[in-house]
Amino acid sequence: MSEAQGSTMTAGFEARDSARTRRQGVALVFGCTILGAAAQILMKTGANHLVHPGVAGMIANLPLLGGYALYGLSTLLLVLALRDGELSLLYPVIALTYVWVTVLSFVIFHDRVNPFKIAGIVTIVIGVAVLGRGGER
Amino acid sequence: MLLVLVASFIGSFGAVFLKMGAAHLKKGFWHILNVQLALGAGLFLLSSVFFVLGIRHGELSVLYPMVSLGYVWTLVWSRLFFNEPLTRQKFVGLGLVLVGVCFVGLGS
Repeated sequence: MSEAQGSTMTAGFEARDSARTRRQGVALVFGCTILGAAAQILMKTGANHLVHPGVAGMIANLPLLGGYALYGLSTLLLVLALRDGELSLLYPVIALTYVWVTVLSFVIFHDRVNPFKIAGIVTIVIGVAVLGRGGER
Repeated sequence: MLLVLVASFIGSFGAVFLKMGAAHLKKGFWHILNVQLALGAGLFLLSSVFFVLGIRHGELSVLYPMVSLGYVWTLVWSRLFFNEPLTRQKFVGLGLVLVGVCFVGLGS
């Protein structure tokens, strides 16, 4: 195998590899945003049920504790994604949290949905799709 | 409003430290206990405190877009500190995300 051929093959492998790493990273951040949104919902539920203000009340509040735990897990997923992925590519994907929170608030708290919110979450999803797309660099 | 701006700034530095700390994980999972990751998580917590203080007074339609400015700071730090290439794909994706967050803010 000539040296030129060898380097072309390596370049091809790296391109494939980076597309796969990117998808993997975006998938991890995707999971991170679902956990983050669930954390926010739990914390809101916990805050609504906070009868005894102060540290003792917060520790006894299971939804609030669950919310913090999920936040921790979601940060762990973000860190795993950042291990191999690019920060500039992965960080905006966190905006997916807005999408889940809007949807979950509608389902759980029956918050109102309006055209602005729908246009917003659709645009965010398209933006994330652009970031996650493989191939072109 | 200033509080939320500060929150977005602190949060973007949190992301930088998480990225720095994440590199340690290549040596094995238990390298997850390192100073940079602790700093990153701490900055995230601090940023959320500023955020909560900031949204107590203020319109979410103005505040949400300001939060998403954090994505722009992070893009700049990624280039400065990690030498990441800024591609058209990233600009288009980030642009769409920013517009989307503004819309969600307007609807809130």
